[in-house]
Amino acid sequence: MSTSAVKFYQVGSFAVGNRLLRDDERSVQSDPDRTNALTSGHRACQGCGEALGARYALDAAMRATGDQIIAVNATGCLEVFSTPYPESSWRIAWLHSLFGNAPAVATGVAAALKAKGDTITRVVAQGGDGATVDIGLGALSGMFERNDDVLYICYDNEAYMNTGVQRSGATPPAARTATTQAVGAHPGNVFGQGKYLPKIAMAHDIPYVATATIADLRDLEAKVERAMTIRGSRYLHILVPCPLGWGSASCDTIKIARLATQSGLFPVFEAINGEFVASSKIRKRVPVEEYLKLQTRYSHLFSPQRNDEVIDHLQRIADKNIERYQLMGE
Amino acid sequence: MDKPYAITLTVGSSLANHTGSWRVEHPEYIHRMPPCNQACPAGENVQNWLYIAEDGSYEHAWRELIKENPFPAIMGRVCYHPCQTACNRTFLDEAVGINSVERFLGDHALEKGWKIDPPDHETGLAVLVIGSGPAGLSAAYHLRRMGHQVVIRDATHAPGGMMRYGIPKYRLPREVLDAEINRIKDMGIIFQLNTRVDDVHDALDEGFDAVFMAIGAQLSKRAYIPAGESARILDAIQVLHHFEDGQTPMLGRKVVVYGGGNTAMDVARTAKRLGAEEAIIVYRRTRDKSPANDQDIEEALEEGVLIKWLSTVKYMGEDDMMIEKMELDEKGFPQPTGEFETLEADSLILALGQEVDFSLLGNNVDLDVKSGVMDVDANMMTTHPGIFAGGDMVDGDRTVTTSIGHGKKAAKYIDAWLRQTKIEPKVEKTAVAFEDLNTWYYTDAPPAVRERLAASRRVYDFSEVVQGLDESTALYEARRCMSCGNCFECDNCFGVCPDNAIKKLGPGLGFEINLDYCKGCGMCVSECPASAIEMVSDL
Repeated sequence: MSTSAVKFYQVGSFAVGNRLLRDDERSVQSDPDRTNALTSGHRACQGCGEALGARYALDAAMRATGDQIIAVNATGCLEVFSTPYPESSWRIAWLHSLFGNAPAVATGVAAALKAKGDTITRVVAQGGDGATVDIGLGALSGMFERNDDVLYICYDNEAYMNTGVQRSGATPPAARTATTQAVGAHPGNVFGQGKYLPKIAMAHDIPYVATATIADLRDLEAKVERAMTIRGSRYLHILVPCPLGWGSASCDTIKIARLATQSGLFPVFEAINGEFVASSKIRKRVPVEEYLKLQTRYSHLFSPQRNDEVIDHLQRIADKNIERYQLMGE
Repeated sequence: MDKPYAITLTVGSSLANHTGSWRVEHPEYIHRMPPCNQACPAGENVQNWLYIAEDGSYEHAWRELIKENPFPAIMGRVCYHPCQTACNRTFLDEAVGINSVERFLGDHALEKGWKIDPPDHETGLAVLVIGSGPAGLSAAYHLRRMGHQVVIRDATHAPGGMMRYGIPKYRLPREVLDAEINRIKDMGIIFQLNTRVDDVHDALDEGFDAVFMAIGAQLSKRAYIPAGESARILDAIQVLHHFEDGQTPMLGRKVVVYGGGNTAMDVARTAKRLGAEEAIIVYRRTRDKSPANDQDIEEALEEGVLIKWLSTVKYMGEDDMMIEKMELDEKGFPQPTGEFETLEADSLILALGQEVDFSLLGNNVDLDVKSGVMDVDANMMTTHPGIFAGGDMVDGDRTVTTSIGHGKKAAKYIDAWLRQTKIEPKVEKTAVAFEDLNTWYYTDAPPAVRERLAASRRVYDFSEVVQGLDESTALYEARRCMSCGNCFECDNCFGVCPDNAIKKLGPGLGFEINLDYCKGCGMCVSECPASAIEMVSDL
């Protein structure tokens, strides 16, 4: 008789929860009493990927540390929408200082805990791609170099969204932003050299570097949990689509993150001590077009006429990622 | 309150900020029609009992199942499972093996000896059911559940109708049939066997408050076939019936069956088991035009039954016969070609379809017959008030499951008629389409296959051909269900809400939207695997 292991569940591990799983096999987010580090009433846009990513990551970090955690936040959307004076959406010890100094402040918090002899409380620093890739890069590199005991999480929405969608070092080629308009011979952002922070982090040989998206909750939670078992500098780069800046429907945020991974444009992988160790494999490969056409920041590639040259170029970037990060296969 | 330097407002939680005011639409949990339920001729709530079975609550699942259909062990063997044809999982890998899970539940219930509760009250009303086939038994079961007294009369000496006298043992073992019939008998249904009803009108005079006729279609259709004096021509229904009663028919070594339906397959396979060297089916059209179920054709071929497609019988002699080749015209109708072939044949069995024996209608002309079947209205009532009919004797697919559906529907309307109430017609719902689902979340899971006896072993006796699934495999198969249109508590909505605006109420209770904070982004709807949430306008 043909059989498979009886422990098969309708939705495997892709969905948030599963009523047939044991409690200890369930995701943090499926817990009715989850901590909700970022609670309701925040002013993020409808369908905000960053609000979701921050709650996923910090709830997982809280479970991993028994809620003994301090978060340091850079300036950016996440900081602005969560703490308009006099309200706060945080249910976690939380600090904000400046745009570019979150890694340095986190270093300071970690040093203070050490000075107090507190070996229990852990430190998380977080910021958007602007604070991480551009403005705070020097401080972040210093933190990595010193191997300070901080988990730094970058919520990457690929531009300065809070101030009106200006281009950042993480904005992908061809994307339209307020400062890279879809005009002229080469509309949208330039095809530059790129500035891929996970690789910059890996170049510091820090203990742990990983990427994740809000489209794979189980993977994201596992990576946060893993990061919290390690001392020293750790870097987690999470793709968080932005309906406002990317020009996508608010209901499609997770779908777009999923298409980013399934097209190969956003590789999901882990590196230990600067060495690539594993990547999440693509389940249902799609051409980059599937991902691009849901976002008006790329609409100039499809109308008034289709720009095959640019679409092909973006496809080649995805193909290169698939090869470089071994995204296909078992 | 003393505030720190430069602080003028009292700080607090953002919970004070009700972001629900931004919204123009909000999500609502809904129950949509799964395609399996819609396709089930017996109106089973398939998705529901699969869902219950998924955590191993087999008795609960079985009790839900028998609310609609009292014969899961029979169904799991003879139903042609239109549910599986409709199953959305077909587009992902293969349909869920609903039929095999149903059989598992049915067999498990028989093994455990689970009983059906007798009705909790008696209405004092009595209904006569004529015919103990699937339609009659199903109607009797549902009427008894509603508290009515039910008497079943049948002309034969054992109940089951075509399930006993039409479907051979190797497809439906008699111990299974008897056990499921006995279980509904134990609810207090009175069986009067060997009792032919000569005139249905007498029953009403006897004091029954309503009558349900379900005598099936027992008369074989005839075709004029030129034949020699000693040619042996039999009719399929009689061959199967006599064999069931222990009389082995004299068929000879070479048997030809004329017709291409399920009865033709059954009688040819029976002939093989009775020792015929050759069993040949002659059918005037092609395989894809044949009314027989494809699996039955496949099994017949495996057992060595030969099928002459596009052929008609021209002449039957003492030990040979002549057939003519046909070809399909543009309209798909078979036309003679003038090419003939002679076959050796000791007997010819006609399986050309069945007709209804209307002798029980008596001489009174108040009961209408239309195109060879009983004329019934949308409530299954004949032109005579209080006399209802269903099963093969009315218009519809002539399958066990359709008949069971007729019985259930008739019982509902008989009950309404007895209580002089009206049932509002159900609004037809559109079934959930594959495109409505978010199939990303379903893992690839190839179906579990039911083992079948090796063809070489089958032809020696009447052992059951298709085997059942064991528990772990049945459980796996149940868990392949995608739960189309109905929440199965995967927690996706609860997890993906960026505003924590969904409350998880606990096992079996589902979820609730907190409209104070829901911004109406619609992410819960997009990411619901089962299409069980929809956006509703607030404007």
